[in-house]
Amino acid sequence: MSDTALEAGASASGSRHTVDPGRPEHPSGDDRFALVDTHLRRVHDAQDQLIETLHVAQDVFGFLSDDVLLYVARALRLPPSMVYGVATFYHLFTFEPPGEHTCTVCTGTACFVKGADDIVADVATAHGVHVGDTSADGRLTLRTARCLGSCGLAPVVVLDGVVHGHQSPSGALALLDGELGGVR
Amino acid sequence: MTATENAGTPPTDDAPVPDPNAVQITVNGVAHTARKGQLVIEAAADAGVYIPRFCYHERMTPVGKCRMCLVEADSGRGPAVTVSCMVPVMPDMKVETESPMAKRMQEGVLELLLANHPLDCPVCDKGGECPLQDQTMTHGPGESRFVEEKRHYEKPIPISDLVFLDRERCILCDRCTRFADEVAGDALIHFISRGNTTQVMTFPDEPFASYFSGNTVQICPVGALTAKPYRFKARPWDLEEIESTCTTCAVGCRTVVQSSRDELLRSQGVDSDPVNWGWMCDKGRFGFEAVRTERVTEPLVRTAHGLEPTGWNAALRSAVQLIEDGKLAAGPSAVAVIGGARGSNEDAFAWARLAHDVIDTPHVYAQMGDGLPVGMLAMPRATIDDTAAASTIVLLGPDLKEELPVLYLRVRDAVQKRRVRIVEFTPRESGLTSLAWKSAVYEPGGQVEAVRAALADPEIADQLAAGPVVVIAGRSNLAESSGATVQAVQTLLAGVPGATVLPAFRRGNVVGALQVGMRPRPGGLDTRGILQAAADGKIECLVLVGADPLADFPDTDLARRALAGARRIVSVDTHLSASAQHADVVLPAAAFGEKSGTTTNLEGRVTTLGRKVTAAGTSRPDWMIATAIARGLGTDLGFRSVDDVTDAIARMVDGYEGVTRDALADSADGVLSAPPATIAAIDPVEVEVPVRNSYDYRLVVTRKLYDAGVTVSNSPSLAHLAPGQRVHLHPLDVERVGVQPGADVRVSSSRSAAVMRVEADPTVLRGTAWIAFNQPGGNVGDLIDSTAIVTDVRIENL
Ligand code: SF4
Ligand code: SF4
Ligand code: FES
Ligand code: FES
Repeated sequence: MSDTALEAGASASGSRHTVDPGRPEHPSGDDRFALVDTHLRRVHDAQDQLIETLHVAQDVFGFLSDDVLLYVARALRLPPSMVYGVATFYHLFTFEPPGEHTCTVCTGTACFVKGADDIVADVATAHGVHVGDTSADGRLTLRTARCLGSCGLAPVVVLDGVVHGHQSPSGALALLDGELGGVR
Repeated sequence: MTATENAGTPPTDDAPVPDPNAVQITVNGVAHTARKGQLVIEAAADAGVYIPRFCYHERMTPVGKCRMCLVEADSGRGPAVTVSCMVPVMPDMKVETESPMAKRMQEGVLELLLANHPLDCPVCDKGGECPLQDQTMTHGPGESRFVEEKRHYEKPIPISDLVFLDRERCILCDRCTRFADEVAGDALIHFISRGNTTQVMTFPDEPFASYFSGNTVQICPVGALTAKPYRFKARPWDLEEIESTCTTCAVGCRTVVQSSRDELLRSQGVDSDPVNWGWMCDKGRFGFEAVRTERVTEPLVRTAHGLEPTGWNAALRSAVQLIEDGKLAAGPSAVAVIGGARGSNEDAFAWARLAHDVIDTPHVYAQMGDGLPVGMLAMPRATIDDTAAASTIVLLGPDLKEELPVLYLRVRDAVQKRRVRIVEFTPRESGLTSLAWKSAVYEPGGQVEAVRAALADPEIADQLAAGPVVVIAGRSNLAESSGATVQAVQTLLAGVPGATVLPAFRRGNVVGALQVGMRPRPGGLDTRGILQAAADGKIECLVLVGADPLADFPDTDLARRALAGARRIVSVDTHLSASAQHADVVLPAAAFGEKSGTTTNLEGRVTTLGRKVTAAGTSRPDWMIATAIARGLGTDLGFRSVDDVTDAIARMVDGYEGVTRDALADSADGVLSAPPATIAAIDPVEVEVPVRNSYDYRLVVTRKLYDAGVTVSNSPSLAHLAPGQRVHLHPLDVERVGVQPGADVRVSSSRSAAVMRVEADPTVLRGTAWIAFNQPGGNVGDLIDSTAIVTDVRIENL
């Protein structure tokens, strides 16, 4: 157990009452942190902007590494444990680097009734990937979501951010073939 | 104004004025007068009705997380399901805690909580004292309808070096996480994930390394959190217990000491309203391990082959002989007694009588050269409660988080909940800096200037004039003399009339020892004086009563020369400390938990010590040893039992008149003593601080909670937590030295030189160097010159 861990925790919580210690350049030299900084400046480092900031960080880095979470915690003067708690609460945040393509199948009530489970099962088998994971070749990440608010289009598949309504297992596979260029 | 406050006014014919704070309610049909704003759960408790609960804790903000406290309450709009820990009482509220509706809700909540609970009670440390178990028996449904597979997690995982977490058992009550954030300020644990997989967790690779982590184990209402020192050691029904007071530091937290088969196994905090509110620090909580580790169990006498075990009679005869020979050689004032701060008031009183009346030496002192002069105790005194109720707290002392941890919690609470403002003067950032309203980091010796500047600042002056001011005064830097701090306190008190002082003296019973007599008579020397005299060959017999100058006196070189120069040394100690190894006779003393008596905390509060286990080997309480030596020297002190000594203190010590055994038995929170009138105020001090050569760094040496002292180094669970010795410099100063952080550098003072690792630390002031005192393998004491006002060091690249 390092003493610095204790002090980081202590000052992270205590420093809510003091001035911003300033945001030095990230030691890794990764200039993508500058994009997070731009957002932080726009929201004046407000602590209630945590979720938005995490979204921006995820957009920039593709996923939330421990390093990124710590960076956000320091910037917003929040305890890292709390930032971690918030990030793990929400389904949309991910802590592993995603594959080249991401396929999200809605398994909300309407989509479920319309057979979303079959879509999930077929995609999983065809691409050898578990829900929430990335295929071994790193090409496809398969996720599920609970109701995307487009129940009229059920069942819904989102491929790389594009919503495709009224899907069927074969339709979804064809869609993936189109994007990924065929199953191995 | 409450009814009791009215009692003093003369009776009139008028009808009594209704108390505006009273709220009439009924609890289970019985009328009760509650206070306005009081929570239903509390009001019911006052009315004698216990509402089951898991998340609610009197000392923390209610969160309404577990729903176990649901009751049926009707405030005029019909009976409604009410969360009794979140809802305040309302006029004419009818509270039902046992109605069919209330019962159904309680059963429902318990069934839900148990759905995922592993029910591994037979192998759970909490079994037998578990609120979940108890409340399931009293309020549970008796049967579960849940037949599905329960949630599974890896069985206990360490979340710190001291605490293990079993997530299957956790009922997500938010007590531990709330404690960490709200009370301790170490928000290192939090709920992560959601729904069925919600769990308490730390940030990856950032352990729950809080000085207060043990409290979460105590308040966890299930067996989810367990502490390494107690895991699988005993079942609650095998434990015997007694109330006592922690004497690890001068806060004096109330505790209950628990043992089984004559072995100390656990300490739990007891809620004493004026002191610790149920909390303890981990050093006080787990330090009992030292009581059963590496003790001196028999008297030792030096022979040609070194220290050899012997019987008490022979050892006492030798001790008496050494003292008598010392007196014969050069008169009574060639004998000196150091120590007494580690034991009870009784121990200190008996030793003071022996030293002053029997041996007749003026050279007696309980402090180890690391505090402030005893005259500080004559300043108008504040209690801990006064401090928390002040409008301004001025900190002119050690880092409370490191040295007086639970006082830190009380001050922290006052700042967060009561908006008390802290004006801090410190040689480096402290645990309270982030909470301070104003924080002045001064270069050692510069505190007087810093105080003057603060008094001249109109904003600060207004704040200090606005209401009660309490000064927490203590020694913040062991590498400078106490003079500048005393002068700074005097300057402050002169500038703020009416300010009171809470003496931040550190060692367990140091205030008690000083007050009952372990202090020099006029003409007597303090500890530095005694050690200097010993080094000069003027001390014929040095008596160390639980004192270890080699470890605790800041100037190690002087301590070493003193032990070499003293002709005869008698040591009374629990462990064979570095200094005891130089003694001619070592008399084994009973330790914490092995003796009863009383102790005095830093505010002067006297509380009782409980005896739970048999003293190790043949060791005896210090007062008994003092009595036996006095008898050997021809005087009967008249003490046959520890009660005799307690009575004698109440009879003879100015300021302890009210501290009788009856008064102590009547009051759970102890009795306040007053400083004896014979402790003289300190004359105005004027120190001339030398100018620092710009190549040098002014040395700041402070204590960390975990060090190489007897308590920590003999507690296996704590010993490895000591951070070790490093020199911390401001990052720009590290650059100036021309090394990378983490490299070894040479630190040299006028006394000696030492090689240690350098850390870049922005909390350190430029031009100063901070080193922690008495760390394992450390030698910073060699650098300190206790005769100098400040110590300057040179730091060089190797
Ligand atoms: S670990 Fe214990 S104290 Fe913490 S949330 Fe779980 S049940 Fe409550
Ligand atoms: S703060 Fe002091 S008295 Fe309280 S538990 Fe810790 S060491 Fe013991
Ligand atoms: S259930 Fe799939 S979009 Fe609503
Ligand atoms: S005790 Fe009231 S909700 Fe937990």
